[in-house]
Amino acid sequence: MTTIIRGAKILGGETADLLVEDGVIAEIGRVSAEGDEIDAAGLVALPGLVDLHVHFREPGGEQAETVATGSRAAAQGGFTAVFAMANTSPVADSVAVVELVHDLGRRAGLVDVRPIGAVTVGLHGERLAELGLMARSRANVRVFSDDGKCVHDPLLMRRALEYVRPFGGVVAQHAQEPRLTENAVMHESELSGRLGLPGWPSVAEESIIARDALLAEQTDSRVHVCHVSTAGSVDIVRWAKARGISITAEVTPHHLMLTEELLAGYDPLYKVNPPLRRDEDVFALREAVADGTIDIVATDHAPHADEMKRTSFEDAAFGMVGLESALPVVLKTLVEPGHIEIADVARVLSSAPAAIGGLTGYREPLAVGAPANITLVDTADSSVFTTERLAGRSLNSPFLGIELPGRVQHVLHNGYRTVAEGKVVE
Amino acid sequence: MKHLLTGALRREDAISLLDAAEDMHEVQDRQLKKLPALRGRTVVNAFFENSTRTRSSFEIAGKWLSADVINVSGSASSVKKGESLRDTVLTLAAMGIDGIVMRHGDSGAAQLAADWLDVSFPSVRVINAGDGAHEHPTQALLDAFALRRRLFGAQSRGRGLDGVRIAIAGDIAHSRVARSNALLLPALGAEVTFVGPPTLLPPGADTWNTTVTTDFDAVLQQPLDALMMLRVQLERQRGAFVPSVGEYIVGWSLTDERRAKLDDDTVIMHPGPMNRGLEISSRAAEGLQSAVLEQVTSGVSLRMAVLYSLIAGEEPQ
Ligand SMILES: [Zn+2]
Ligand SMILES: [Zn+2]
Repeated sequence: MTTIIRGAKILGGETADLLVEDGVIAEIGRVSAEGDEIDAAGLVALPGLVDLHVHFREPGGEQAETVATGSRAAAQGGFTAVFAMANTSPVADSVAVVELVHDLGRRAGLVDVRPIGAVTVGLHGERLAELGLMARSRANVRVFSDDGKCVHDPLLMRRALEYVRPFGGVVAQHAQEPRLTENAVMHESELSGRLGLPGWPSVAEESIIARDALLAEQTDSRVHVCHVSTAGSVDIVRWAKARGISITAEVTPHHLMLTEELLAGYDPLYKVNPPLRRDEDVFALREAVADGTIDIVATDHAPHADEMKRTSFEDAAFGMVGLESALPVVLKTLVEPGHIEIADVARVLSSAPAAIGGLTGYREPLAVGAPANITLVDTADSSVFTTERLAGRSLNSPFLGIELPGRVQHVLHNGYRTVAEGKVVE
Repeated sequence: MKHLLTGALRREDAISLLDAAEDMHEVQDRQLKKLPALRGRTVVNAFFENSTRTRSSFEIAGKWLSADVINVSGSASSVKKGESLRDTVLTLAAMGIDGIVMRHGDSGAAQLAADWLDVSFPSVRVINAGDGAHEHPTQALLDAFALRRRLFGAQSRGRGLDGVRIAIAGDIAHSRVARSNALLLPALGAEVTFVGPPTLLPPGADTWNTTVTTDFDAVLQQPLDALMMLRVQLERQRGAFVPSVGEYIVGWSLTDERRAKLDDDTVIMHPGPMNRGLEISSRAAEGLQSAVLEQVTSGVSLRMAVLYSLIAGEEPQ
C-alpha cells in the first residue's frame, strides 16, 4: 500500500512530500510515485505523538472510558502510541491484566497501547508486583507505576528501582507524600484557606522527588517523575540532572496553562491530582520544558463519567481528559510564547516519551526507514475547543470554551490512516 | 440578595438583615408567635450533615413564619445511595419548593447547589446552613445580632459594629464560623483578632481582614468587647495539631483564671456545642458575661429574618 503526503512542512520547516510504503516512510522530498494522496499543503508534519501517561479505565471503569474509546481520543489528538496506567479494576499488577490491555489495544487498532504495570500488588504499597513476569509477557512492559498513589515506602521504591534495572525498566512515580496530603483536594495556599478546602502543599511532591532522585542515584537505576507541578520540583529535578542522576520528568498540558484561581467557584471540573497551582509554578514549568529539565509533556488523560463530577468538590473524582487538547495546549503555552520551536514538539510529545518508555520506531522524528507514524497538523487554525473535538467517552475537559491554536487533520499509524480530515477513521 | 451563601455581605445588606431580625425578635416575646408571612411557602431543611441545633433553629424560624418546613436528613437523603448531590438538589427543587436550607460536610456545596438551581429552578433560594470548613453565614449574622443587642440594647437598629473589638479563639483552620465572621464582622466595622495554635490557623490567614496571633494571653491583655471561643475537635488529633489536651488548655482555653482577667463587660460567646472544660470552663460559659443562650435565641430571630427577606418577596411557585 502506498500513500503520498503532498507538500507538508516537515517539523514546521521545509516543505516536502512523504512517501509511505508498506507502513514505512520510504522517501522524503519530491515524490513522483503514485498512490493514495493526502493534500498536506500548509500542514505541519510531526511524528506520531506518544503519551506516556493515560488512564483508559478498562478493565473496571468502562462507564468512563475503554481501551477502544480511549484509543479514539488518542488518535483524534494526533497520538499513535500511549502508555496506559495500571490503576484499573482489577489493577494491572499481573501478566493477565497487562496482556488483556495490550490485546484490547491491538483489537482497537488505532494506536499502540502499551500497558504500564503496577509497582506494588493492588497499588497497596506493601509488596512488589511481578515486575519481571510482566516485562517478559507479550505486553512487554517496561514502565511501572502505582500512579494514583505514590510508592511512598522508601524501601519498596528502592527495591523496585533495583529490580527493573537489568531489563531496562523505569519506575514512574506519582510523587505525593501521603501523610502531608490526607484529604487534600487543592493546592495549599491562601485560596485553600479561604475556600475551606484541605490543601495539598508543594512540599508533599518535592520531598518525594528529592528522595527518589537520591534513590535512583543509589541504585543507578531510572526514575521518571509523573506530572511535575511545582517550581520547587523543577529545581530539584534540575539539580538531580546536573548531578548525573538518571531522572526524567513530565508535565501535563493543564499544569502548563491553568492555575488554582479556577477553583474559586468550587467547580469539580478543575479538580485534578496533583492540583492546579500558582502562576509562578506555571512559568517555571514552561521554562523547564524549554531548558530540558522537564523531558516530556504527558496528558494524564483521566476520563470520568458525569456523575463523578456532578457533586461537591471534595466528593468529586480527580482528573481531566487531555488527549484531544494536548497538542493545541502545547502550541499555545510553549510554542506561541517562544519557549520551544515546533521541531521541539516532536521531541517532547514523541521521541522523548518513546525513549523513556522503551518504545521503538520513534527515535528520530520522521526518519526514512522508520514506521510511518505521522501526524499532520494545521497550526494556523485557531478555534474554540468544543465537545465535538472530544472522541473518547467522557467530557471532563477543562479546555472547553477556550480558544486554542492547532488542529490535527490527518494521522497515519504504521501507514494506516487513523484520522482523516480531522475525524477518526473507523 | 438572591441566596445567602456567605458572610461577605455589603454593610447595608447586613444591617437591614439585623434590623429585620430585631422585628422578628419582638415577635418572640408575644404569646402567639406565628406570623403569616410565608404561608403557602415550602422550605426544605436539607441537612446532609447532622446538626440538631441549627436544623431546629431553622425549623422553628420557618414554622413561626407559617412556612411548610420539611426536613431531609443525611440518612434519609439519597446521596448515600449513589444519587449525586446535584440530582438530590434538583429533585427537591422539582417538587415545587421555595427555599432550601442546606447543611453539607463539604466546602462549597451550597454554592454549587445555587449554581445548579439558577440554571434549572431560578426561583428557588438557597440558604447556606454550613458548608464544610468554609462558611456558616447565619451563625455569623446571629453572632453580630446578639452582640449588637448586648452592646447597644434598644438603640441597636441601624447600627453596625464600628470599632467593636472581637477576638475569636480556637480551631480557626477548620471553622466555618470563623470564616463567615471574618468576612461579616469587619464589613460591619468591627476589629477582629484570630488566636489559636499555629497549627490551627488556616494558610494565608494573614491576608484576611483580621489580626492573627498565637498568644492568647496577650490578646486578653488588650481591651476586648467580645471573646468568641470556638469548638475544638479532638477527633482531628490524627492531624497532630496539638501535642495534648492539657497543652491546649494551658495555651488557648478560656479557663476560670483567664476569665477573671477579662473586663466585666467583655461578652463571652460560643457558637456551640461547647466542650466544657476544654475550650471553655463551665463558669465562663454560664456567667453573666456569657451570651451563649442569647446566641441561640437570636438564631431563631435572625433565621426568620433571612427566610423572610429571601423568600417572601417572590411570588409563590
Ligand atoms: Zn498521578
Ligand atoms: Zn495519572
